[in-house]
Parts: sequence; C-alpha cells; structure tokens
Amino acid sequence: MTQMLLETDGLTVRFGGHVAVDAVSCGFRAGELTAIVGPNGAGKTTYFNLISGQITASEGTVRLMGEDVTRDPVASRCRKGLGRAFQLTNLFPNLTVLENVRLVIQARRRMGFNLFSMASSHTELTVAAMAILERVRLHPLSEQKVGGLSHGNQRKLEVAILIALDPVVYMFDEPTAGMSVDEAPVVLDLIAELKAEKDRTILLVEHKMDVIRSLADRIIVLHNGALAADGDPATVMASDVVQEAYMGRDLADV
Amino acid sequence: MLTNLISGDRPRSLILTGLLLAILLGLALAPFLFPGVRSLETAARICIFIVLVASYDLLLGYSGIVSFAHTMFFGLGAYGVALASTHMGRGYDALVVGAVLGAIASALLALLIGLFSLRVRAIFFAMITLAVASAVAVLVSQLSGLTGGEDGLNYSIPRELTPAFKLGSLFGVSITGKILNYYLVFFASLALFLVLLRVVNSPFGRVLQAIRENDFRAEAIGYRVVFYRTLATCLSAAMAALAGSLFAIWLRYVGPDTTLSFEIMLDILLMVVIGGMGTMYGAVIGATIFVLAQNYLQNLMGVASGATEGLPLVPQLLDPDRWLLWLGVLFILSVYFFPTGIVGRLRSED
Repeated sequence: MTQMLLETDGLTVRFGGHVAVDAVSCGFRAGELTAIVGPNGAGKTTYFNLISGQITASEGTVRLMGEDVTRDPVASRCRKGLGRAFQLTNLFPNLTVLENVRLVIQARRRMGFNLFSMASSHTELTVAAMAILERVRLHPLSEQKVGGLSHGNQRKLEVAILIALDPVVYMFDEPTAGMSVDEAPVVLDLIAELKAEKDRTILLVEHKMDVIRSLADRIIVLHNGALAADGDPATVMASDVVQEAYMGRDLADV
Repeated sequence: MLTNLISGDRPRSLILTGLLLAILLGLALAPFLFPGVRSLETAARICIFIVLVASYDLLLGYSGIVSFAHTMFFGLGAYGVALASTHMGRGYDALVVGAVLGAIASALLALLIGLFSLRVRAIFFAMITLAVASAVAVLVSQLSGLTGGEDGLNYSIPRELTPAFKLGSLFGVSITGKILNYYLVFFASLALFLVLLRVVNSPFGRVLQAIRENDFRAEAIGYRVVFYRTLATCLSAAMAALAGSLFAIWLRYVGPDTTLSFEIMLDILLMVVIGGMGTMYGAVIGATIFVLAQNYLQNLMGVASGATEGLPLVPQLLDPDRWLLWLGVLFILSVYFFPTGIVGRLRSED
C-alpha cells in the first residue's frame, strides 16, 4: 500500500456540547482524489478547518506524512505541505492579482523576513507567479486589483494561490461554487492536471455530483460530524446509508 | 541609483513629486533660505517629525496596528541621549551610546508588549500600549532623581554642535555649531526615512500589507502573522527612538512635555492621517504641513486679523488666540476632502 500523506485519527472537535466533528479516522494516499460529501452542517468545512489548523482539535490527531501536526499553527502546517483553498473567496482585495500570487511564492521561498532588499528586484518571484497565472488564464489581469475582479476570476485566483503553494495535500472547498458554466471547466481541468501529479493527494468538498463523478477516486461521507461511508464512488453512491440517510433524492436521481 | 535610493517607490504624481522636491530642497537649504533661529527650529522639527511619523505609519498604515505608545518610544530615545550625556559627560560617544541604548530599550519594550498582546485581538494591543505609555510617563515624572522629573534634564553636547562654535560665514550666513547640528539632524533624518522607505518596499513590507489586508489568509499561505507584527512593532519603536535621540541632540533638553506627552501622540496621528496612511511620502507631507501650521498659523492669523480690522466679527474670528480652532477646522476639512490623505488623493488623480 502506498504511504498515507495525510491521516486523521479519531479527530474530534466540540463546541460546547455540540460535537461538530466526531472521531473521524481517515487516511489519504498519494495520487488519490477524495471527494468529501454530506449535507449542510455535516461538518465538512469544520473537518477541513481541523486539518489546516484554523480550529484546534479537542481530541485526536492530524498527521502529515507521518508527522503529528495537531498542535501546529496554521502557517507552519502550510509550510509543511497543507494547501487550502477557501469556500468563501478569501484574498488580499487591495493588492494586484500578481501580488497575491507573488506573496505565496515569497512565503514558500522563506523570504518574508527580508527587510532591506527591494521586493521589485526579485524578478524570479514575478516570473514564477506569472507562470501560474497563465495556467489559470488570469495573466492578462495580473496588474488589476483583486477587489474588482469578477467572482469567477476570484475563484480562479484562489486556485492559482493553491497551486503556488505547491502543497503535498491540496484541499479544495467547493472550488466552482458560483462560477459560470463556461468558467468552471478551467478550474476542473486544473484539478484533473494536479491529480495527474501522482505524488500528491487531493481533498475536495463538493456538492455537484457531475464534478464528483468525473474527478473522484473515492468518496467519504460525513453525517452529523461522523464518518458515515468511505469507498469508491459507485459503491458509496449506491450504499443504503447514503441513499436513505440524507443524500436522498439528489443521489437517487443520478 | 535614484530609483534604488527611494526603493522603486516613485511618487506617481507630478504634483506630489514637486511637493516632495520642494520640501527636500527647502529642508536641505533651510539655514540659507530661511535664516533665523525660529525657522531653523521649525525645519529641524519637521525633519524629526517626518521620521517619527513615518515610523508610526509603518505600524498604522502598513501593518494596520494601532499603538498609543509611539511617543513613549520617542521619549525613550530622547532620554537615552540625555542620560548618557549627563552621566558620561559631553561627547559624541555619549550621543551614540545614548541613541543606541534608547533604540534597543525601545525595541525590547515593544517586543515585550507585542508578545503579550499581538497574539490576541488588535484592540488589546492598543489598550496595552495606552496603559504602558501612561505608566512610563508617570514614572518619568516621578523618578526625578534620575530623569529630572517634570523639569526634565539639561545637558551639554559636543561644542561643535552648539551655537557657541563659530566657523565663519557662507552666503552671508554665519556658520555656527547650531547649523552643523541642523545638518546632523537633516542627514540622519533623511537616512532613517530612506531606510523606512526601503523596509516598506521590501519583501517584508509586502507581507505586512498582506497581513493588513487579510491576516487570516496571510497565515494560511504560510506567514506567522504574530512574528511579522511583532517585528514591525519593534522596528517602528526603534526608529521612533532614534528620532527621539535626534530631538534630544537638537534641543539639548528633554522633559516629559516635549517628548512623552499625549499631545504629541495626537499630533503624530493627525500628521499620518492628513498626509495619507500607508504611504511613506504621506509622512513627509503631513509632518511638514502640520509643523508649519503649528508654528506659523498664529502669525498668519495675526496678520489676517490686522488686515480685516474694519469688518465686524471677522477680526475676532481670526484672532491669533483662536489658532487651535482653525487648526481643528483644517483637520476636519482635510479628512473630509482627502479621506485617503493628501498623498492618496494626489496619487489617485494621475
């Protein structure tokens, strides 16, 4: 069996009496794209927050390539290879598109504490950032401020930032939400490309069943914070627990 | 070369370029263009406040951190020079030691405040700086054995920097130690300002702006936000202390009112806002306008009041005693018409 890049072991978080994520144990292998599904409030985004560190677990562990990162702050998890794109667009609105991506590359090259050189003199960062912008087709807009971009372009920039992070674990939270029909394929093609790089693993929270069917190697289902099903797409979609418990009509239709 | 000196941060506006050049030339040639004790005093004050305001803008404008302790750091630098000159005797070594120790003490104090409060919400940092600054101001006025209390300290600086030192005359202006002292202040301020300009345009400066925009995301792309904020705070404190040291060298006197008072803190805030937050050049414009207004608005109003003597009410309104009222009006107008400050406004027009 290939090595687990990311593992959660009994991962639990409680908010007061409410258990938002309930003892989820799951491993994610290289070269695999795992779709995480479940109804609203099932704990999908909270599970993501626990993995990337925005929330600290009440119990259980998160291991990245075998290393326990459960108590690591967000930034150090990111530097160790956890890359996260957010559900609600979450960018630097008053900086340019190029600057948004440049900052990521600068972070990866550990140049943040460089106080006395001119940022503009580091052309290698600009070149690398432009190359990534080209992949998401945002290069013509590189000098525009992010706040003025269309929703679809902001989503693409989210993906560009994730690519720039060059992580071991890619985490997408509804990457095509609110995108128009002709914009979404750019993002989905990119995810397919990333999947082809066999040494990474991809986690994808998604509601759109066509997206899941075309991309996912595996589906895990969260229900009331707990892991309700885990397996290859066909089996999971057909399983009783999914059909009956809550996926209900949505899945029955497909 | 020039681009390198200003770290590639062009004024990006013709009017702004003109204003900055005029200020630079005016300050560089102040002893010759505007001879007289009072104008030299004003020019030196402008130089020092440019550095002080720019260092505050590094916090407020670039990092989005609100601090009320900036005059405390300014004062630490000033008292550093004063205490060193008092205890080591007059000499350049005392000035250097005082300035360096003042800057280090400021940075350490900022580190302490930062580590305690920058982890949590920004408002706590503002509150804690307020508390610490008040405590230090009280301490300084109470520890009169060390600091001279409310009376402050008078001390000697090297003779070459005092009016008693005469060097002959140039262009009809007699060159005294006071003018040499002015040039020490001018060039040191220029150098410190250029360092600050470099810092905000460095990779580090970019991270600060990213954190100001969205600290949550900055953390999520791998920047430890608390470390960056703390370093910015320390750097800003050290720069403020160095400005304070220059002030102490220039005045040959320190006291709580001239270096630690809360009024100066308010002045700094106003200068940053008037000039334009998040633009180092805003510090230049803001400090120049504000210090000029502080020093000359009263005279101007005296003249205006005299000229309008025949009219009803107007002379009373323009009475020099009302200068604070008009300064307030000017401030409100500038915030109303230039919400992004003068520099922000000028840049947006091009």
